[in-house]
Amino acid sequence: MPPKAPSREALTLLKHSARPRTNSTLPAHLQWRLAASSSRPSLQTNSQLLISKPIARGAATYTHSHHAEAVSIIPTTVDTNSEDFKENKKQLDEATANLTELHSKIAQGGSQKARDKHIQRGKMLVRDRITALIDPGTSFLELSQMAAYNVYPGEEVPAAGIITGIGTVNGVQCMVVANDSTVKGGTYYPMTVKKHLRAQAIAQENRLPCIYLVDSGGANLPHQADVFPDVNHFGRIFYNQARMSGMGIPQISVVMGPCTAGGAYVPSMSDESIIVENQGHIFLAGPPLVKAATGEVVSAEDLGGGKLHSEISGVTDYLAVDDAHALVLARRSIGNLNWHRNQPSTPTPTFKEPIHDPAELSGIVGTNLRRQIPIHEVIARIVDGSVFSEFKPSYGSTLVTGFAHIYGQPVGIVANNGILFSESSLKGAHFVQLCGKRQIPLIFLQNISGFMVGQDAEKGGIAKNGAKLVTAVSCVDVPKFTVVVGSSAGAGNYGMCGRAYSPRLLFTWPNAKTSVMGAEQLSSVMEAVGKTVDPDLKARIERESEVSFGSARLWDDGVIPPEHTRRVLGMGLRMACGGQNRGVERESKYGVFRM
Amino acid sequence: MRAVQKSTRLSRCLLATNAVRHNSTAAASSVKPLTSVLIANRGEIALRVGRTASEYGIRTTTLYTDPDAQSQHALSSPYAINLGEASAYLDGDRIIQIAKEQGCQGIHPGYGFLSENPVFARKCTEAGITFIGPPWQAIESMGSKSESKDIMTAAGVPCIPGYHGANQDPEHLKNEAAKIGYPVLLKAVKGGGGKGMRIVSKPEEFFDQLASAKSEARNSFGDEVMLVEKYITTPRHIEVQVFADKHGNCVALGERDCSIQRRHQKILEESPAPHLEESIRQDIWEKARAAALAVKYEGAGTVEFIFDNDSGEFFFMEMNTRLQVEHPVTEMVTGEDLVRWQLIVAEGGRLPLTQQEVEQRIKERGAAIEARIYAENPDMNFIPDSGRLLHLKTPQATPTVRIDAGFVAGDEVSSHYDPMIAKLIVQGPTRDAAIKKLRAALEDYEVAGPITNIEFLKRICTSPDFVAGDVETGYIQKHHAELFTPSPPAPEVYAQAALAVALQELSSSQNSDPFTAPPVTATGFNGTSFQRRTLSIVEVPANTSIPNTTPPTKISIHQTAPSTFDITVGDSTHVFANVTASFAPSSNTLTTFYPHTRLATTFVRDADRLTLFQQGKQYRLQLALPTWAEKALGVKDVANSVLAPMPCKVLRVEIKEGDVVEKDQPLVVIESMKMETVIRSPSRGTVRRVVHGAGDLCKAGTALVEFEDENQTEDGR
Repeated sequence: MPPKAPSREALTLLKHSARPRTNSTLPAHLQWRLAASSSRPSLQTNSQLLISKPIARGAATYTHSHHAEAVSIIPTTVDTNSEDFKENKKQLDEATANLTELHSKIAQGGSQKARDKHIQRGKMLVRDRITALIDPGTSFLELSQMAAYNVYPGEEVPAAGIITGIGTVNGVQCMVVANDSTVKGGTYYPMTVKKHLRAQAIAQENRLPCIYLVDSGGANLPHQADVFPDVNHFGRIFYNQARMSGMGIPQISVVMGPCTAGGAYVPSMSDESIIVENQGHIFLAGPPLVKAATGEVVSAEDLGGGKLHSEISGVTDYLAVDDAHALVLARRSIGNLNWHRNQPSTPTPTFKEPIHDPAELSGIVGTNLRRQIPIHEVIARIVDGSVFSEFKPSYGSTLVTGFAHIYGQPVGIVANNGILFSESSLKGAHFVQLCGKRQIPLIFLQNISGFMVGQDAEKGGIAKNGAKLVTAVSCVDVPKFTVVVGSSAGAGNYGMCGRAYSPRLLFTWPNAKTSVMGAEQLSSVMEAVGKTVDPDLKARIERESEVSFGSARLWDDGVIPPEHTRRVLGMGLRMACGGQNRGVERESKYGVFRM
Repeated sequence: MRAVQKSTRLSRCLLATNAVRHNSTAAASSVKPLTSVLIANRGEIALRVGRTASEYGIRTTTLYTDPDAQSQHALSSPYAINLGEASAYLDGDRIIQIAKEQGCQGIHPGYGFLSENPVFARKCTEAGITFIGPPWQAIESMGSKSESKDIMTAAGVPCIPGYHGANQDPEHLKNEAAKIGYPVLLKAVKGGGGKGMRIVSKPEEFFDQLASAKSEARNSFGDEVMLVEKYITTPRHIEVQVFADKHGNCVALGERDCSIQRRHQKILEESPAPHLEESIRQDIWEKARAAALAVKYEGAGTVEFIFDNDSGEFFFMEMNTRLQVEHPVTEMVTGEDLVRWQLIVAEGGRLPLTQQEVEQRIKERGAAIEARIYAENPDMNFIPDSGRLLHLKTPQATPTVRIDAGFVAGDEVSSHYDPMIAKLIVQGPTRDAAIKKLRAALEDYEVAGPITNIEFLKRICTSPDFVAGDVETGYIQKHHAELFTPSPPAPEVYAQAALAVALQELSSSQNSDPFTAPPVTATGFNGTSFQRRTLSIVEVPANTSIPNTTPPTKISIHQTAPSTFDITVGDSTHVFANVTASFAPSSNTLTTFYPHTRLATTFVRDADRLTLFQQGKQYRLQLALPTWAEKALGVKDVANSVLAPMPCKVLRVEIKEGDVVEKDQPLVVIESMKMETVIRSPSRGTVRRVVHGAGDLCKAGTALVEFEDENQTEDGR
């Protein structure tokens, strides 16, 4: 066997053992090399020499990656046969069943009569339009289905008469905004405007091309005061369209029904617009108003039909025969956005599903918010392979922080596991800074009744420490997502990235409760300050903290079944980090403050 | 292919034993060994000849034309010579020239083309090249129907009553027909392969049919001399394979029954002939050998007889002086390689087996049957089809299942040549066993692209009269109702088609785009409500010349998870819930687990055409045109037009614009693949426009004649 060059380790060993003899004329490693290249007996002498010397350090302990990874796997203590689990599951399943029923009803849109009439006209129902628009096999992340639920007394406005959501069209994630003309003729109630504007805000923040499937009678006239003039009213829709187009976020509209007055600006302000003949109409004033104003008698088709606008006025660019044709043209327009230009083609990341079953979440959380939710069990049912690298696990343990992946996308998780103390706030602020520096999106799992109160807490500077967390959350420039998994109360809502802290998306679980404080405490505070208390107050606060109340008013982007949390977050992350958001980094130049 | 090898190996063993016997008598000097041959043919026969030649160390040179440059036979040998234009396989002088330049000692003509051209055979001999076939004089004698009958009559071979005279005056021919008695058969003297042949059942039809037969004969052979013969109403086609050497030996290698024919061309051939009395069998063999010896025959030949099933009589029809398409049937029942025999005879050797040895072999080996797989449409009177073979899967070849094919997947079936894709030959201990094996093999045969006769062949294999051996040349017409009853696809077929379309689209979009969302199908409380899509799929009509009026079947597929679906076919009468499906694009296989069964389907999509192979059956479906497409794309309504059924050339137009035509009245005569087809009116109507005139080349589906829209005038639209 020919002599080999010594290994790095052997060399180091030799250096250590040879150090006492540095008076030699040659450096130690050269001596070794000489020895190595000489005959076998001398090699033996050298090895004998090595062995005879005391060994200064041992070899590095080898750890297989399998064992290394095991460090991060969250163990579970959930016993699916326990009484608690069964009881929790029963309660939450009941709440989920109610919501499923409610959502199914909302998903039908307007009355049976209105839907039949719609179909008779050769039109597709709004959800069928969206299905035809998006790529087969891709999910449509529908937002705020509960919008306007029980908001307008005596009026049912399912989904506020507008469907919004994120769907993949020709491989591009887009924001779809579609009027449901079977609901009050697709007119804009205040909640409809709010939902439309929220969709545009999401599109703008996440750079999503917008597709408007227009089929609306315009502003709902009896509510005109609440939809027309203010900053976040109807006019803002067109302002947003212009601004987004300016930012290079494409605006595409498909006119599948009336577009009257202000509504006429939706296609007019779009980059490209498509109109369905004998069905879509665009005019500033419809035939009755024209007759009243000027005496001119003209049919809707001659006044603002597809042929007129595609051939004469140029308001629209493509004339479609029917809904299906129009949607084919819309898909083609998206295909021509050249959207993924300059995007490095990276392989789709691989991932493992959680080892613990997300379906167990209902039995873990239940609906009784007085009981602490073991948040590690929740995280274990959301993240890839149930692998979670917890940061500062032993410090400020009422806030759980750490790194994980969702569908291969790295995320930082900030999750409540009790009341926020000074330590937990500081840890949270520290961790949020880490994610900011590393451009890792943040997921907040909210179950917080508030920051700790009392003299000790105030002495410890809970106000300034809480403020550090709020500051970090406000200023960190990475996509943030919030899921309200339990209660959301007080300043805890703020520190944990509530609606006001602009998470890209905020979802609520069926068991969640959102209010400034618990109904009981609120009533007692009111009594304590000596006001005459409305006997119904407690019940009202109770009702207003329910998910159906908040979701109807767009305090969130929708209620989700707990076991879908992973999927929804996965889609949201792809929305925020994919497309033209890739490689975009924004972060302050401060170093990470150790809190 | 293994079957061929095995049989040749067998024949080699036998050759060795025979050689011992012949050594005492054979004159070694008469053997002129062949070391290099030119194969003057194309397709499967060129490949088949090449295989045997190569096995015996004979170098083969192949020929090809421009449309055939990429075909398998052209690629099979390193020595491949381009002839140029499509018709050049008939250029005898050029081919002889090439043989000389390439140093080939022999030319194998295969079948068709120059194989029965006495001038070519003579020129080969004159050029000092061995023509691997009979002497040109024998070809010439047998090539003329009237001359051959004279020779046969003299040799004591029974011939069918008829007029074979030189007087071609139509009146005279009609008188002769009356003498023979109707029905009579009109045949071109130089004809063959069913071309220039017409049956006349009534005197009134005589002149029309004569004109038609003459025209076809003129176009096919440049000769319109006709003969008139008695037409036998329940005839069978029985032929005897004979082989003769230069030493006066002649054997009959059994008979073949080729009664299952369409357009007077064979599609199923079998040996031995079913229900044939042994005495008749021996007699027919004897007569066949007598026929060959009468013309001093050498090499492979087939003596064709018309067998009267009612009387048991047989009459000489003609002798084919070549190796025939169906020769593998005889190879399977005798275990011999006939191309090898041809080479032995051409080299001047003796026949490897005696008549007794042949008979012994046939007894031991049972039965064999061949199915010809054609690119043709049985439902449109078997008109040829052409196009690329998008998918091709053959049954597993075994010593008893043999596939002689000229194509592989991806090849083009050219409209310039015969549309035969392959021959499937099976052997079994009995006729019943062979038929069962054939059906099973056909169920494994998958061809997508051009329409084929495979489904039709499967139907014949299960047709009770065929299984019983009650065959006749009119079998297909007689059993038309049974063989052509359409069987609508089961709901599962539509479900599979819809799933495959969806999954194929899914797999292609997910592979191409790295920016797609995670593999999530449903989110939220009713997240799958955006995953319900309805596909409209329609069965491709068997007859494409009639516009399709079948309403499409609507299939609703509702994706509930990445590979889980709920499917509803038609009006919610067939609901398949919770179906899991996966599609493997590399093998075109869709595997689906339904609640009640598992289905594995081969799915091939070509634009909007869907071809499915499921449980041994082929289904041809089409994605229905969306309702908007007609208006948006200006797709022409062809309801009132008669369409070209295949790529063709218009020969004659029989009507004028403004004519009122009756149903089935001839409108246009087209030519495709050297075959004339009369396009008839599908109904009574007024001709609005003749779209294409004589000489125009048309693609399949082109409107030929447009009719006035009767409804339109009534509605006054």
